Amino acid sequence: MALGPYAAFIVTSYALVTAVVLILIVWIAVDYRRQQARLRELEASGVTRRSGRTATDI
Amino acid sequence: MTLIDLANPTKFLSLTARLLPPLAGATAILLLIGLAQAAMAPDDYQQGATVKIMFIHVPNAWLSMFVWGVMSVAALGTLVWRHPLADVAQKAAAPIGAAFTFLALVTGSLWGRPMWGTYWEWDARLTSVLILFLMYLGLIALWRAVEDPSRAARAAAILTLVGAINLPIIKFSVDWWNTLHQPASVMRMGGPSLDKAFLIPLLVMAVGFSLLFVTLHLAAMRNEILRRRVRSLQMMQASKQAA
Repeated sequence: MALGPYAAFIVTSYALVTAVVLILIVWIAVDYRRQQARLRELEASGVTRRSGRTATDI
Repeated sequence: MTLIDLANPTKFLSLTARLLPPLAGATAILLLIGLAQAAMAPDDYQQGATVKIMFIHVPNAWLSMFVWGVMSVAALGTLVWRHPLADVAQKAAAPIGAAFTFLALVTGSLWGRPMWGTYWEWDARLTSVLILFLMYLGLIALWRAVEDPSRAARAAAILTLVGAINLPIIKFSVDWWNTLHQPASVMRMGGPSLDKAFLIPLLVMAVGFSLLFVTLHLAAMRNEILRRRVRSLQMMQASKQAA
């Protein structure tokens, strides 16, 4: 696949989109783990929800 | 399951747990197919290989507007129907929409330099999309500035609905004003003007990116629900300790 004289512009565009999408995915995954960890800490300290379920229960 | 059922965050979380794996799989497959088709697409007779930037620029540009449209519907959900998940949907969509808008601007700029001879031109299309990006940042800042999410929700909803005025301006800017940006070539009267060799990979990438948004949005909404659960439990804990 020959990209011609403007290969740098094409490759940079695709690399940038890949990087930003990966950052979004990692950010959301890390945030999920962080919230789960906080809920586990609260559960360990004995706090329960109004429904009576534990903090980490769906 | 109806929309009213989804008002229950617990039911929404359970639905999200079931939907996320197949959605993520379908997104990955579609994007891989789209990328393979984009790689094999022929060069344009005028633009050469730089036409390949279109396959990522256009889906991001579409999504930059679509996400604001989703947030506008969610804003109505907050202000009119007071749906409990409406502001969760609004808040979760903003950073994702900002990322798509940023990518639309930067890939457009990288496409513009070899084709127009400039990275940036203050024409109506580019400027209105830049304004959209700044509005996304303003909305994110607003959510972060107000600690209580339910209080932030109403202000964010009003700002979102006011900002929605920009969507038709972006869409029709290339028709209303004389711009450097080309006019619509897919969503236009008389059908797409693109050859199938370009149109099919573009549509596959557009559906792939749309699925990516749905997947990321659901995951971000799940995180926001959990964040609010953490907040309310911390408040319960603090009030118990104070008593």
